Amino acid sequence: MAGHASGDLVLSGVSRVYDTFTAVDNIDLVIPQGSFFALLGPSGCGKTTTLRMVAGLEQPTAGTISIGDHDITATKPYQRNVNTVFQNYALFPHLDILDNVAFGLRQRGVKDWKPKAMEALELVELAHVAKKKPTQLSGGMQQRVALARAVVNRPDVLLLDEPLGALDLKLRRQMQIELKRIQQEVGLTFVHVTHDQEEAMTMADTIAVMNAGKLQQVGDPGTLYEKPESTFAANFLGQSNLLRATVKGVSAEIASLDVHGIPMTVPAASLPGGASELWLGIRPEKVRIISEGTEAAGLNTLRGEVTDVSFLGVATQYLIAMPWGRELTVVQQNDGMPRAALGSNVCLGWVPANSFVLDASQDADAGAQLVEDE
Amino acid sequence: MAVTTLTGAPVAAPRRARRGAAVPYLLLVPGLLWLVVFFVVPMVSLASQSLQTGDVDNGYTMTWNFATYADALSTYWPQLLRSLIYAGIATLLTLALGYPLAWFIAHRSGRYKNFLLVLVIAPFFTSFLIRTLAWQTILGDSGLLAQIALRTHTDFLLTGFKEGLKAVGLINNDQLLFSPFAVICGLTYNFLPFMVLPLYSNLERLDHRLVEAAGDLYASPVQAFRRVIWPLSLPGVVAGTLLTFIPAAGDYINSVLLGSTRTVMIGQVIDAQFLRVLDYPTAAALSFILMLIIVAFVITYVRRAGTEELV
Repeated sequence: MAGHASGDLVLSGVSRVYDTFTAVDNIDLVIPQGSFFALLGPSGCGKTTTLRMVAGLEQPTAGTISIGDHDITATKPYQRNVNTVFQNYALFPHLDILDNVAFGLRQRGVKDWKPKAMEALELVELAHVAKKKPTQLSGGMQQRVALARAVVNRPDVLLLDEPLGALDLKLRRQMQIELKRIQQEVGLTFVHVTHDQEEAMTMADTIAVMNAGKLQQVGDPGTLYEKPESTFAANFLGQSNLLRATVKGVSAEIASLDVHGIPMTVPAASLPGGASELWLGIRPEKVRIISEGTEAAGLNTLRGEVTDVSFLGVATQYLIAMPWGRELTVVQQNDGMPRAALGSNVCLGWVPANSFVLDASQDADAGAQLVEDE
Repeated sequence: MAVTTLTGAPVAAPRRARRGAAVPYLLLVPGLLWLVVFFVVPMVSLASQSLQTGDVDNGYTMTWNFATYADALSTYWPQLLRSLIYAGIATLLTLALGYPLAWFIAHRSGRYKNFLLVLVIAPFFTSFLIRTLAWQTILGDSGLLAQIALRTHTDFLLTGFKEGLKAVGLINNDQLLFSPFAVICGLTYNFLPFMVLPLYSNLERLDHRLVEAAGDLYASPVQAFRRVIWPLSLPGVVAGTLLTFIPAAGDYINSVLLGSTRTVMIGQVIDAQFLRVLDYPTAAALSFILMLIIVAFVITYVRRAGTEELV
């Protein structure tokens, strides 16, 4: 365990196999102490199983889980200094809010449980409902009680299992900011499981993208978004346009590509080693609609016909049909510039450094439908 | 009103509402009639009977004779007390046996759940009398229990068990049958389903995630039971104990078939006063006393358990 800070959560080679189904497949993960970490993936990807193994509610079939130097793999849930905010909150209906929050403290025989529990309730701004029963509170309030009930124990790791899933959109936004504030205030390690990529990016310092029981990519939200390492990550985090490309030549700085007969360039450093068949990826908001004759040198350009215009408020989303049949999604800020008309032919361009390239052996649609399903 | 202008039929709406509101009361009528004929009328007649004086041959006259109550109580208090004690012990035993059973059926039986529930109810397919008589063949001196002990050379265990029962006064001699022990066995057996079914329906609804949450908050399985499962199951426990204790306290079949003259319960006394001694006022007064005690018990019990809002 050398090299890890005293409170880091370390999963090494963790797997969970049910009779014929591998829910979690050989995961290695280091979650630094004090970080806000998100496990992101579609339903059934194994993220909740991973969380439950950290909580001790499931036993891994292989691998070890440790916090700092303590191997906790074989310990019972009640012996772990880990607390969970459950998806349905799981508040005790027979206890009032104060007793719910104080439950963990009293289990551990903490003498001054009352002021501590009240302090936790103040942290989530619910001190005034201390004497009420859970069923008398709204969903958002119950969510905050569940958070206070876990935070009050100052666990080494606090696990959040889709904690905002049951809230409506507006409340969810509020709680995202609230959760982040509380995490910074108490400085605990938060491990947050979610299928909502926007939620993960808003809150987490580090995101681990999971699919089919495996880790796809771990990184900060910016890197994951700008430089996805798989088509799954590219499609699951935001939208991506993926263009089939073949490598034509590589110089020190620049790699030349052929995209359906159109020459394009990418920085040579971004090429995945070895592959000559590639997906060239570009995010919709990185593509600009440019007027004829103003193409700047060094831009990658394409031409196509506008087949759909949707007004989104802050931006307008276009679908542009390419000569080879596929449609590109382009998002333009509504910054006062005239909008392209439906049916018109437009020229598109982007800065090569804003694109990313992936090995073409992967399915271009991996992760794309999953986002829509949720 | 906005509604009337919209529908254009200002009178029809309230009339229909009134007729609709009457439907639930109409549906109550058969049940209410049943209760009046078979509960209220007998209760009033029983109450009046208990305050009359006279005898069967010369007829009874209403004399508001409350002394019957005092006499009945002073004569039969041992049987009354015994009934409450036997019923209390039997209730505790059904709870101790029924709770794990109900938990198992609700959470651990998988696809055998319905089958096990049928087994719990199966005794009702035969008559109460026959089921109780069966205990004679189990507990008798050469009954099933004695046979098993003999065949397996474990009669020393049976002897030890009997010594233990004798020490606490549950049997009087070396006989298991015709003793308080046998009566309590019969009561426990006969009323077990009344404990298991309400407990099952309560425990089945228990959200297992609450147990996980308790474990997550440092509660060992025993502590999770004490602080989460047990309090949440109280409505089931209260329902089960009431359904067991109330009929058990008034029961007389078990004592008649499995007991002796030293195990006479209040149900037997009432039965004898009504049907053999023909002292109707005393029998009626005893019935009322038993009823009042049980009502008082139920009220204090439900209050103490604090389950009014949970039921």
